[in-house]
Amino acid sequence: MADSVWISIDELPVEVEHGTTVAAAILKSDTAGFRRSVTGKWRGPVCGMGICFECRVTINGQPHRRSCLVYCESGMMVRTK
Amino acid sequence: MTGIEREVVIVGAGPAGISAACVVAETGRSALLIDDNPSPGGQIWREQDRHGSDWQASHWLRRMHLYRVDVMSGATVIDGDPGRRAIVCETANSVSTIRYKKLILATGARELFLPFPGWTLPNVMGAGGLQALVKSGMPISGKRVVVAGSGPLLLAVGAYLKGQGARVLAIAEQASWSRLARFGLGLPKQPYKLAETWQLKRALFRVPYRAGAWVEAALGGTVLERVRLRVSHRYWEAPCDYLAVGYGLVPNIELAVSLGCQLSGGCVQVDSMQQTSVPDILCAGETTGIGGVELALMEGRIAGFSAIGDRLNAQWLFSDRERFRRFARRLQKAFTLREELRHLPSEETLVCRCEDVSYRRIAPMSGWRAAKLHTRCGMGPCQGRVCGPAAEFLFGWNCQSARPPVFPARIDSLIEHVDK
Repeated sequence: MADSVWISIDELPVEVEHGTTVAAAILKSDTAGFRRSVTGKWRGPVCGMGICFECRVTINGQPHRRSCLVYCESGMMVRTK
Repeated sequence: MTGIEREVVIVGAGPAGISAACVVAETGRSALLIDDNPSPGGQIWREQDRHGSDWQASHWLRRMHLYRVDVMSGATVIDGDPGRRAIVCETANSVSTIRYKKLILATGARELFLPFPGWTLPNVMGAGGLQALVKSGMPISGKRVVVAGSGPLLLAVGAYLKGQGARVLAIAEQASWSRLARFGLGLPKQPYKLAETWQLKRALFRVPYRAGAWVEAALGGTVLERVRLRVSHRYWEAPCDYLAVGYGLVPNIELAVSLGCQLSGGCVQVDSMQQTSVPDILCAGETTGIGGVELALMEGRIAGFSAIGDRLNAQWLFSDRERFRRFARRLQKAFTLREELRHLPSEETLVCRCEDVSYRRIAPMSGWRAAKLHTRCGMGPCQGRVCGPAAEFLFGWNCQSARPPVFPARIDSLIEHVDK
């Protein structure tokens, strides 16, 4: 892939095109859900624009980042769940 | 904490914010655009920075770069103080106070999401939501998608997804054919809209468009597997990978409300110069009433002229603005939501997705405040941005409340902010 970026999602390497958001990368990786709700149910992104807070994940150790608002950067460590 | 000062500060880098910023910057004044998404363009011009297929988008984005508008992307405004003419904004690793002489709010709109059984399953998304995710790199080619809800956005989303290789199984519009027909008969008065509709129709060749149809339930174990639609008196069910459902748009008024701006009909109230009820704060675009990109551009330009005190240039645009507002009113009427949608949630359907509060627990409450206090509905991270408008539709409550921080903020941002 020309102009690609490698990130890790739950310790698995994923290659995405430059300009891909973390939310899109997680959906692409098809391996993980995004988060569990307060009663333990699986959730994924809804609004795609930073309003619904359903796509929150941990990025480089920072919890509760809205993954739809963050572009993938080389070497980024993403944790779901 | 860093301190920044600009003559005009604009919150929201969509069409309204960008056009306002250009008008200001073209006169040599300093303009700063603040936006929480990672690149400017708003929801409608999201991928234009990279691909540039929409002439309007490329025109305005080029103008914005040409006149060196400062853009601060990935920054969320969490608080403001109209008395000191300052706002506080947080990025991934910093917080700053920004002072302004004039502040223009162009915070846009979000989709209206209405609860139905299964709407919290992963892969059930907004209509604009799915489009936004695909535009930001999510693969959709070969996936089965059902698009549902209400409004012209559904057609645009369906056409876009099909163009990206998705198998769009159906587009379900809740408005009836008779309402749509009445709306369609008026389109020739807006020739450019007619052309747009015709293009969409061609792009959607062989995609079934069903009017008077809505999602009854999303079915699946841990993720979405099937969708059940109601088409007048019959049911239609199909396996699918994604369900994209949005019932129109809701203005993002939270920041304006927390700054003390008065509302009118759920939108920020402005005068003919886009001035709000709070001195030196203007508002433009969807936040003053849902009206689409042309109206947003017009209001943005007027707000820009207004901010620099150029009344004459603003007045030139009044009649165009009125024309687009008339069209917006007709659109709202055509896509009025039907009563049946109020009865979709079951007792167990969650209304508040952040705090997992079910319809059964919320329905007996006397109002929004009671629901918040007794059930924690609307008290989670989205601060009622999703369940508030839903509860307004379901129960007829007034769910508009906003207090700082208007978005969840890091504790160190709050401490620094209070310390100053």
